[in-house]
Amino acid sequence: MRNYEVTFIVDPTLSSDEIKSAAKKYVDTIKGAGKIVHIDELGLRQLAYPIKRRNTGIYYVVEFEAPNGEVIPGVELAMTRDDAILRFLSVRLDKHGVKYNEDKRAGKIGKIVKKKKKEEEPQNKRKGKPRGNNNNNKRKSNDNAPAPKPKAKPKVEATPEATKPEATAPEAEVKA
Amino acid sequence: MATREVIKFLSNPKIGGKRDKYCRFRKFGIKHIDYKDPDFLEQFVNEQGKVLPRRITGNSLKYQRRVSTAIKRARHLALMPYVTDLLK
Repeated sequence: MRNYEVTFIVDPTLSSDEIKSAAKKYVDTIKGAGKIVHIDELGLRQLAYPIKRRNTGIYYVVEFEAPNGEVIPGVELAMTRDDAILRFLSVRLDKHGVKYNEDKRAGKIGKIVKKKKKEEEPQNKRKGKPRGNNNNNKRKSNDNAPAPKPKAKPKVEATPEATKPEATAPEAEVKA
Repeated sequence: MATREVIKFLSNPKIGGKRDKYCRFRKFGIKHIDYKDPDFLEQFVNEQGKVLPRRITGNSLKYQRRVSTAIKRARHLALMPYVTDLLK
């Protein structure tokens, strides 16, 4: 058995019934060939760039398990022909992907907190992390969620403490 | 008298030194990179939405490859832009 994931964007200008039926149509065809693991409705989201003159889209993510990927070409063909579908992407998940999705559903995967306070930035810079990294500790999350978190945090806190005594001590000696 | 020991600490030895780069995926045991999480992928992209090189992110080759596929998938699904300005 293999796991697959089909993500598609439905046109938001349709009525909510039409949107649901469009999504259901593809879910049903997939159901015929395998077992649905999870349907994730991400809902209305802003598109990063306009597609077919739409600036928003309704995202659906269908994760399913099937002996092989024979359904996918059929589903994709139907989606290309369907005007209600703006975009789609089907992907095979490896074992890590399956685990990640399970963890995500279980709420083990943290969300990134954007833009931290400025006071904390210098700390991170000194640690030599590449940019955007302030968020690092938030997202460790992934597969071994519990394990890395405690490890990562104390480190950040520990460094300032470790360096400070060194910096201040010699100054005191010089004055004396 | 300023002894050798004291002088050693007068300047911060870390200034101007090389920062050690590391692959955060290896370090924190992240095995799967989700293409549906644009906030996370944004860290590996510059202001114009271009993928940052390994030289800067410090990713290992294996995960750099996965990051770039994830970014490309996210772009296809309009979760991330192909081209922009002032992304961050």
